[in-house]
Amino acid sequence: MTGYVHSIETFGSVDGPGIRFVVFLTGCNMRCQFCHNPDTWEPGRGTEYTADELLKKALRYKTYWGDAGGITVSGGEPLLQIDFLTELFRKAKEMGINTCLDTAGQPFTRENPFFDKFVELMKYTDLVMLDIKNIDDEKHKALTGHTNVNILDCARYLSDTGKDMWIRHVLVSGGVGASDDDGLLKRLAEFIASLHTVKKVEVLPYHVFGVHKWEIMGIPYPLEGVEPPTPERIANANEILNTESYR
Amino acid sequence: MPERKEWEGFKGKIWKDEINTRDFIQENYTPYDGDESFLVGPTDATDKLWGKLQELQKAERAKGGVLDMDTDIVSSLTSHGPGYICDKYKNLEKVVGLQTDKPLKRAFMPYGGIKMAEESCEMYGYTPSPELDKVFNVYHKTHNQAVFDAYTPEMRKARKNKIMTGLPDTYGRGRIVGDYRRVALYGVDYLIEQKQKDLAECGNGTMTEKVIRLREEIAEQIKALKGMKEMAQIYGYDISAPASNAKEAVQWLYFGYLAAIKTQNGAAMSVGRVSTFLDIYIKRDMDAGILTEDEAQELIDHLTMKCRMVKFARIKSYNELFSGDPVWATLEVGGLGQDGRSMVTKTDYRFLHTLENMGPSPEPNLTVLYSKRLPDNFRKYAAYISITTSSIQYENDDVMRPVWGDDYSICCCVSATQTGKEMQFFGARANLAKCLNYAINGGVDMKSGDQVGPAYQPITSEYLDYDEVMDKYDKMMDWLAGLYVNTLNLIHYMHDKYYYEAAVMALIDTNVRRTFATGIAGFSHVVDSLSAIKYAKVKTVRNENGLVVDYKVEGEFPKYGNDDERADEIAVWLLKTFMGKLEKFETYRDSEPTTSILTITSNVVYGKATGALPDGRKAGEPFSPGANPSYGAEQNGLLASLNSVAKLPYEYALDGISNTQTIHPDALGHDNGERVDNLVRVMDGYFEQGAHHLNVNVFGTEKLIDAMEHPEKEEYANFTIRVSGYAVKFIDLTREQQLDVIARTCHGRL
Repeated sequence: MTGYVHSIETFGSVDGPGIRFVVFLTGCNMRCQFCHNPDTWEPGRGTEYTADELLKKALRYKTYWGDAGGITVSGGEPLLQIDFLTELFRKAKEMGINTCLDTAGQPFTRENPFFDKFVELMKYTDLVMLDIKNIDDEKHKALTGHTNVNILDCARYLSDTGKDMWIRHVLVSGGVGASDDDGLLKRLAEFIASLHTVKKVEVLPYHVFGVHKWEIMGIPYPLEGVEPPTPERIANANEILNTESYR
Repeated sequence: MPERKEWEGFKGKIWKDEINTRDFIQENYTPYDGDESFLVGPTDATDKLWGKLQELQKAERAKGGVLDMDTDIVSSLTSHGPGYICDKYKNLEKVVGLQTDKPLKRAFMPYGGIKMAEESCEMYGYTPSPELDKVFNVYHKTHNQAVFDAYTPEMRKARKNKIMTGLPDTYGRGRIVGDYRRVALYGVDYLIEQKQKDLAECGNGTMTEKVIRLREEIAEQIKALKGMKEMAQIYGYDISAPASNAKEAVQWLYFGYLAAIKTQNGAAMSVGRVSTFLDIYIKRDMDAGILTEDEAQELIDHLTMKCRMVKFARIKSYNELFSGDPVWATLEVGGLGQDGRSMVTKTDYRFLHTLENMGPSPEPNLTVLYSKRLPDNFRKYAAYISITTSSIQYENDDVMRPVWGDDYSICCCVSATQTGKEMQFFGARANLAKCLNYAINGGVDMKSGDQVGPAYQPITSEYLDYDEVMDKYDKMMDWLAGLYVNTLNLIHYMHDKYYYEAAVMALIDTNVRRTFATGIAGFSHVVDSLSAIKYAKVKTVRNENGLVVDYKVEGEFPKYGNDDERADEIAVWLLKTFMGKLEKFETYRDSEPTTSILTITSNVVYGKATGALPDGRKAGEPFSPGANPSYGAEQNGLLASLNSVAKLPYEYALDGISNTQTIHPDALGHDNGERVDNLVRVMDGYFEQGAHHLNVNVFGTEKLIDAMEHPEKEEYANFTIRVSGYAVKFIDLTREQQLDVIARTCHGRL
């Protein structure tokens, strides 16, 4: 079996605990307006790798990992290649490598065939980094084109089954999916507080470094004119989301 | 030497019976594995002096880079009266001694080459003395003149076409580190006594050229030691006897170094490995209750301040080569002993702490001799200092210790040398990228059209064939290696004859080991070019004379810097092959040939002189520095790049393999705690693979651009960045070099 890889970053230091070998898979159904990797959207693109090939590469970086690092699979949306992902993580765990899944949870459903596969995948996953783009379903739809109901359910499932997770939230101060609103942040904080296995909450301030990719791809950039949040607003979000208390 | 009262409390025996600083250190130092919490801020005196010095540095910059110059005094140990940072604060200086009578005033040093000494005066609006012009042109010869007298036409042509570059034929070769600690430990009288003994025992009465030369050299060394005493006397110190306390130890040691920089204008004038040594004196005084932590830090701050003041008069083309006025006053901390004990002491912390007490600075070139086995606390503190100042570099103690022992110093930017036991013949660089073009064009230079190399059959096909190129490249490298070694032989013969480093050699054993340090420029571009020819298709573009002047690459090819074995094995091959070729030739004074891959900022100038290359690099574009992968070649992030460089075997490049990496703070971690942990992991992982060197910068490209556009901003006055093998104030770089630094890869995926 092979997976479609957009790119590899050997030095991921903000993609899970310690230093991570990060694999970006291609394919994503969401169309987040602030996406900084629109070049990963299309499925079936990129370089094909087998799990063994990727792990062989990853192991070249073991000396840097110390007791904390490992591999992280991101994307795109990695759950769209769940069969490949499961094989990769299963083999990684056989080698004693720490595994981390960076997902927005959009493909999650408690229906089969997906659900059984997800249950299997979780056996080999040490940590899930789950993005919650917006706590409000309407805004979530406007921002990403998809509902958040199953995503919040994914978080619930992970919590119920005792799976460690980090919750990540992109703070964006404008546009239809704006999340920088105290009311919304409080709702998100309440939701996170109701989960039992959250180890870390991260506020990711919206930035414009990916805009040129939209230009290259010839797609109009929906957040044109929206500025990155100010340090004050970032601090405010951190305070409301209680990020300190999850450290 | 009989027991001295100055040695009270010091243990050991061997070092008392012979000059053996290493033994003294091993017997007496106290390893420290605690954290940095004991460190203290600057004293009032330090603040005042450093404030004054910063004013002077500002004035120097405003005057176009030179504050003041001598034009009619030839610099020597005793040529000048005493000099101080400022007369008002004279008594605040805990460590005294300047190169001339005024701070930042550049001395007139004609022995390397009178032409250059005069040119450097004229370039900054000074008129050199006509009398000295006559003395050094009519009555006496200088190194530069002697070299050019003896150069062959072939050497001149190769030099002019810059296939050999940066040769030390116009200035001091530098790179020789005296064991300045000896002045403190033994006092100068004992050193004189020992050299007199060496002179008496030199040779068996048969006056061969070798013996005659050595006898004269020892005599020169003795004279220099006597001069050193006089020099100290000018400042009111008698250094005949050993130093009796920490303050004297720092002062005596510095006088040793001052003697070097008053008499030599070498490209690199390193201070050496002094931290563990000085700690022994500091600890003895502190244990005796006669020195406080404030006073100890003040001594180190003031010594460091002096190292920040070292200046030489240089011509502008020299500055283009080595930008930012560097002197490579390299000073090491850390490292392990042969017995496995960490050599980190509190004074190693104190030296790093100078970057907090007096802000970032390019000099002294602070170097951490790194090992995963150094205490966790120290590795973390060093990483923290890197993250906050970008002013230190790391070198792998675990690969150097087996070769050079546990008392080596770094004699230039990154090259190791056994302290007090060894000297080096600095050899600059051979441009292997240009050599590849010569192979393709039958020895004709693409830029000048001159027949520089041998007129071998050029390649005439439209597309380059890998086997044919390799065959021709091999032969052209044979030619270059031979010419290069012989040119250096000639240069160093003349340097010994006309610009002998008596004051430095006086602090080195008479029976000295010599290395012959060659270097490689254009490394990554040769690797990628050969990879392109092998794995893609490279089409030649010819001018009307049939000379290849450009290349067109069709298809993809693996590039050095991605941990891709296909490209990296070419890199290893290239290093081993060229080193092997150099070894075939006889080297001056039975020196041991080594090589390096470390081009400093000269990568810009070397690139300018080199035509297009088969890897797609356009004519005139800068080379990547040192052993760094080429610009834009790194596609898989920092660690893949580090892994590629780590594959280069240090045993084949004993003179050093420099690697400079810039990491965006956000890509290193969310906060300084995370960044420190991650940087330590990066270095542990990199050096564990046997890599040699790493320069670490932590800032984003946006800061560089802002500093380039707004150099007047206060925050950029001391903004220091690491470039290949040294550090430099960013605003002191030429715009061209600034753009080059900005273009280099900054690791920061966002």
